[in-house]
Amino acid sequence: MSVDKGLFNPRQTDTYDFYEGKPAPWNSEEEIERLVPTHCCYCGVQCGMYLKVAKGKVVGVEPRYDFPLNHGMLCPKGTTAYQTVNHPDRLTYPLMRRNGKNSPLERASWDEALDTIARRFREIQGQHGADAVAVYSGSSMTNEKCYLMGKFARVGLGTRHCDYNGRLCMSSATGANDRSLGIDRAANPISDMLHSDVIFVIGANVGECFPIVTSYLWQARDRGAKLIVADPRQTPIARTADVFLPLRSGTDSALLNSMLYVLITENLVDEDFIGARTNGWEETKAEALKYPPERAAKVCGLKPETIIEAARLYGQANAAMIYTARGLEHQSKGVDNGVACANLALATGNFGRPGAGYMTLTGQGNGQGGREMGQKASQLPGEREIEDPEDREYIASIWGIEEVDLPHAGYPATLMIPAMEREEIRACLMICSNPMVSLPDQHTVERALRGLDLFVVIDFFLSETCELADIVLPGNVWAEDEGTTTSLEGRVIKYNQAVEPPGEARRDWEIIGDLAKRLGKGQYFPYTSARDIFDEMRLATKGAKADYFGITYEKIEEQNGVFWPCPTPESTGTPRLYEERFGFPDGKARFHPIPYIPPAEEPDEEYPLVLTTGRVIYHYLSGNQTRRTPFLLEQAPCPWVELHTTMAQKLGINDGDWVTVRTRRGEMTVPALVVRSIRPDTLFIPYHYGHTQAANILTNPVLEPMNKIPEYKVCAASAVRAERAPDWAKDLDPELLKQARRSRKTLPSAGANVGPRVPGVPGA
Amino acid sequence: MAVKRIFLDPSRCIGCRSCVAACRECDTHKGETMIFIDYLNRGNTVASSPTLCMHCEEPLAPCAQVCPAQAILVSPDGVVHQADETRCVNIRNCVYVCPFGVPKFDGPGRYMRKCNLCYDRTSIGLPPMCASVCPTQAIFYGTYEEWIQSGRAQQGAKPVNVFYFGKQRVRTRNYVVMREEQDALDLMALAAEASLGNLSTTPAATADGEVEPWVEADSAGIPERMAPPQPWAPRTPAPLPAPVAPPAPAPAPEREPAPVGPEPVPVP
Repeated sequence: MSVDKGLFNPRQTDTYDFYEGKPAPWNSEEEIERLVPTHCCYCGVQCGMYLKVAKGKVVGVEPRYDFPLNHGMLCPKGTTAYQTVNHPDRLTYPLMRRNGKNSPLERASWDEALDTIARRFREIQGQHGADAVAVYSGSSMTNEKCYLMGKFARVGLGTRHCDYNGRLCMSSATGANDRSLGIDRAANPISDMLHSDVIFVIGANVGECFPIVTSYLWQARDRGAKLIVADPRQTPIARTADVFLPLRSGTDSALLNSMLYVLITENLVDEDFIGARTNGWEETKAEALKYPPERAAKVCGLKPETIIEAARLYGQANAAMIYTARGLEHQSKGVDNGVACANLALATGNFGRPGAGYMTLTGQGNGQGGREMGQKASQLPGEREIEDPEDREYIASIWGIEEVDLPHAGYPATLMIPAMEREEIRACLMICSNPMVSLPDQHTVERALRGLDLFVVIDFFLSETCELADIVLPGNVWAEDEGTTTSLEGRVIKYNQAVEPPGEARRDWEIIGDLAKRLGKGQYFPYTSARDIFDEMRLATKGAKADYFGITYEKIEEQNGVFWPCPTPESTGTPRLYEERFGFPDGKARFHPIPYIPPAEEPDEEYPLVLTTGRVIYHYLSGNQTRRTPFLLEQAPCPWVELHTTMAQKLGINDGDWVTVRTRRGEMTVPALVVRSIRPDTLFIPYHYGHTQAANILTNPVLEPMNKIPEYKVCAASAVRAERAPDWAKDLDPELLKQARRSRKTLPSAGANVGPRVPGVPGA
Repeated sequence: MAVKRIFLDPSRCIGCRSCVAACRECDTHKGETMIFIDYLNRGNTVASSPTLCMHCEEPLAPCAQVCPAQAILVSPDGVVHQADETRCVNIRNCVYVCPFGVPKFDGPGRYMRKCNLCYDRTSIGLPPMCASVCPTQAIFYGTYEEWIQSGRAQQGAKPVNVFYFGKQRVRTRNYVVMREEQDALDLMALAAEASLGNLSTTPAATADGEVEPWVEADSAGIPERMAPPQPWAPRTPAPLPAPVAPPAPAPAPEREPAPVGPEPVPVP
């Protein structure tokens, strides 16, 4: 885990004061009326859980031992997820600014808010064309809603510009899957890990971001599986790994090519598999042979023998799995990195068998479903292509419109921001997203969003982005609606409704349906329940790659989830892909040669360090929900910068000092966590915080060429000891912070532990 | 019937404090947590370890034995309970005597509180909250035989429930998972070793051993596809005709909207 609470809080004393002033009030008189089987609303693992309901309110959580993926296990986010349902910060009525951008957000009626939105959207579209309105959607919501947003943009508004926050999350994985394997889904269920002999985790902080998956990892190791971890930080799973490759951020493809080099030269590749089931090996082989470990190690900042050891371990395994996540995907060559992983798995024949595969761990709750339901800029439901005439014709017929009226591809989410800046997009409807935390180069994003003529946000909390909105509509949380999501292993599961939305808040699909009606398109959105949307969605995906046609709510309940593709009512789903053929017409996977591309910004004299960002276990994405949960906030109340003891010593920084981190985009001041579990040339800041605490003030907005994912994980930065605390520190309890800093000094941690100088510091 | 026990395996712990969050959710503890997660030495490692009541079997519950008010109940199934609020006389004998430092004194409530194995759950056959939620199963709940059956001993792990504090031997209901060669844990010896201040022998952090300096690709002699783009300039998407305005403060020139082509682009 990346943070020790001691950074923020005093050590525990012998008095019983663990939750200073903010324990969750406990009422044991409450009679639990029912347990609602559902799933966690947070990450892609989608753990099963029961919600305890008393007097029409969600009051607690109960482990769901019978759900086959997590068997009752939950991470701290899952355990406290129920606390967002009755949260006092919930938005319970619409808000709007009646007198321009500088007026306050005031209470409005639904009629006033929706009429205003419909009128202004029509005005803006009449004046500047249909594409002047954009829809910016999200992936942490049900498939039904994801499908609805895509349809609403194309049919309700008739705009090309519809995209979603998965652009910042899963789009590199999509690109790699589509280029190499042909189907954009994890190849194996999580339980396949138990059949692996070697597990290679690269760029995935499994312990913190997918905690439940760790239990499978440990079970596999009980069986004797070897673990290889590549990460610039010593993540919780890296601590006991058999081989640990602390590579420099942004050099993944050099490492992967070099491993392939070792496999080729030591004859560990599976020629039979390559010949029978793949195309394009010779070019990839020729490229990989340019990366001997002695050279690649210099670029990655590793020892050549470690790379060789990792490659041998991987190549000699009967069944090996590769797990990747945002670490190698959040880069300007994220797709390439994913393809390089697939190359490695293809070259060793590690596909289509238990325990053999390449799997990207999807970060968002419905990151898998969200990327196939047609809310992407270039996509129609079921992973259909928006520019494919047949797909267009079919979807137009399902939606009851003419094919010519179906808009073509629009801007991906990250290109909407420049389009807003040059006033090409003048209004935006946003749901389930918080770009004021999540997009890189925050200053530019803020300018773009402030410049919109009309900015509408649907959310259940007043997020940092809602603060810039002209109209805020209160939506529902996951426990207030039913619907399906698709977990990171491709398992379609179902949320069940526990309670009704509070106050005047409404279900998101009702809001969208009502808005469509006011735009004169009500006949295309005649839904009376989430099930209606699901049934239409099934039909829309029929025969497509992501085929949901055979999935019903009942089948999900019966089987504890259904793995797509599930093309017929008789089908029980497909847990493991590529057993016989890959997703291309000829059934063969494709190799692609991947030359190494350096990060867009390399350290220089002015910015000598590498900054990388990421998650901590206590927060989910932009923190809009988890920063409102007392337990989670207490564990990690503000961002910090993790840096190595050697570097801290060189810069004159002590543990707990305020440190100003600068990049070419901006600067921020955060407390230092001085540790030896990170590369000496690397800084790490968690990104979950908003306003002046947002790590994305610093990150580089350079985009991956194919799928436009920003390079969150690498940029050049400098760090200096700050003279004084930043303004936001005033909001923290100063006494608490003082105590924390005082008590930290007594710990035998960083200060006392400064060891011999470690090589690896640029310019040292 | 075999006794169900908790097996703590620090080598699996990721320090997520899910157990801490879940402990509060149990009706026995009513919003307070009776389990603790400590980082052993965050400056050097991410290693962490859970601490909870070990429910001593021999000698039976020292905390209960030293209580003059007999406020601490040991139920027939061997579970050592927290102090009875109506009996506790606030002298903290239990806090001082516990070999593991588990009982905590509730100042405002004026009584001792500690883990009682989620008695409302375990007494009806449900696992305690901490073991239920633990995402890595560093906290395992079951009989010794179930622990063996789960296959955890295959790589040489062995549960230990005997601890030495000098000459004092304590056998507990709950186990700590150690290595095969260890039959018991001599905690005083370990504490002495640590307090002798031999911090320089702290094993090097995992990250340290493998880190090397790096150089740029051309000087290392490996090919790279293109020179790094200038900072600030988003890399222009080569195969697509999409307009890309640099998100720089300078006002971008007006441009005609152009469609972004289908993506992802399959390479033939």
